[in-house]
Amino acid sequence: MVNGEALATDATTLDSLCRELGFADAKIATALNGAFVPKTERITAELTDGDTVEILSPRQGG
Amino acid sequence: MSLATGTADALSIYGEAISSRLLLGTSQYPSPDILRRSVEASGAEIVTVSLRRESSGDVKTGQHFFDLLKSFGARVLPNTAGCHTAREAITTAQMAREVFETDWIKLEVIANDDTLQPDVYGLVDAAEKLTRDGFKVLPYCTEDLSVAQRLVGAGCQVLMPWAAPIGSARGLMNPYGLKTLRAFYPDLPLIVDAGLGAPSHAALALEMGYDGVLINTAVAKAADSVAMAVAFAKAVEAGRIAYRSGIMPPRDMASPSSPVAGLALL
Repeated sequence: MVNGEALATDATTLDSLCRELGFADAKIATALNGAFVPKTERITAELTDGDTVEILSPRQGG
Repeated sequence: MSLATGTADALSIYGEAISSRLLLGTSQYPSPDILRRSVEASGAEIVTVSLRRESSGDVKTGQHFFDLLKSFGARVLPNTAGCHTAREAITTAQMAREVFETDWIKLEVIANDDTLQPDVYGLVDAAEKLTRDGFKVLPYCTEDLSVAQRLVGAGCQVLMPWAAPIGSARGLMNPYGLKTLRAFYPDLPLIVDAGLGAPSHAALALEMGYDGVLINTAVAKAADSVAMAVAFAKAVEAGRIAYRSGIMPPRDMASPSSPVAGLALL
């Protein structure tokens, strides 16, 4: 699941998933199964079936 | 020098001198341009922001907003709005620190979706863990003194008690509780967050000795957001000047303002 939607992907790491989705240079932060994954650690964050990924970016807030 | 502006009366938040005592939220404005002009008109030096899911179909949404934020020249205060558990709030704070490049976090842990009341247990739990992780936590809390004590014990150097439920525009619902909190922590920065609807609400908070207010909906949803931002800025300044000038206490009985001595006997 990526941002609440089911996704079939060949990506094996969080970094490759972000690149596959066009987020290579985007202003984003990531979490894998509810845990924050810093940008520098995405390349070693391996994905497995059933993982939940959140990709967030800046928005308006109160 | 004004009694309420400039460095002589700056608000100190985690060691940072902040001249404006009006903090402004960035959500719900009719357009990015009206947001930009409202921030400018308010004189706010701190603006609040959030993190939300990025759409793969429009990967630049977040970047565009980030670029707009940078043009404000204001300090960014990310929030954890929408989080219902300490765990969610902590993860969101960690993500916000990386994206917004700040260790300040407006910590929100919500207990109830109808009232958006803080979950004070989750709030204290998250505050303890985040301060240990180096965050500078600004917790959105109630005016409850026991919760405030726990948050201060957790390392919070600023508290942000609500006036009323977020977006309700009801003003200061529990002035007694807010006065008690102010009296108990005379030197701790206290910023009223949430529930203020009119500039007079903001002025009253400052007159009570609160150090600042955070406004979003009341400005964003005004018919003229830019003008309302000016109105809140003036109210905050007036309230602060009044507080520092010494507001006369109320009396039960009348007291003539014209001299009694020298009255003619007619």
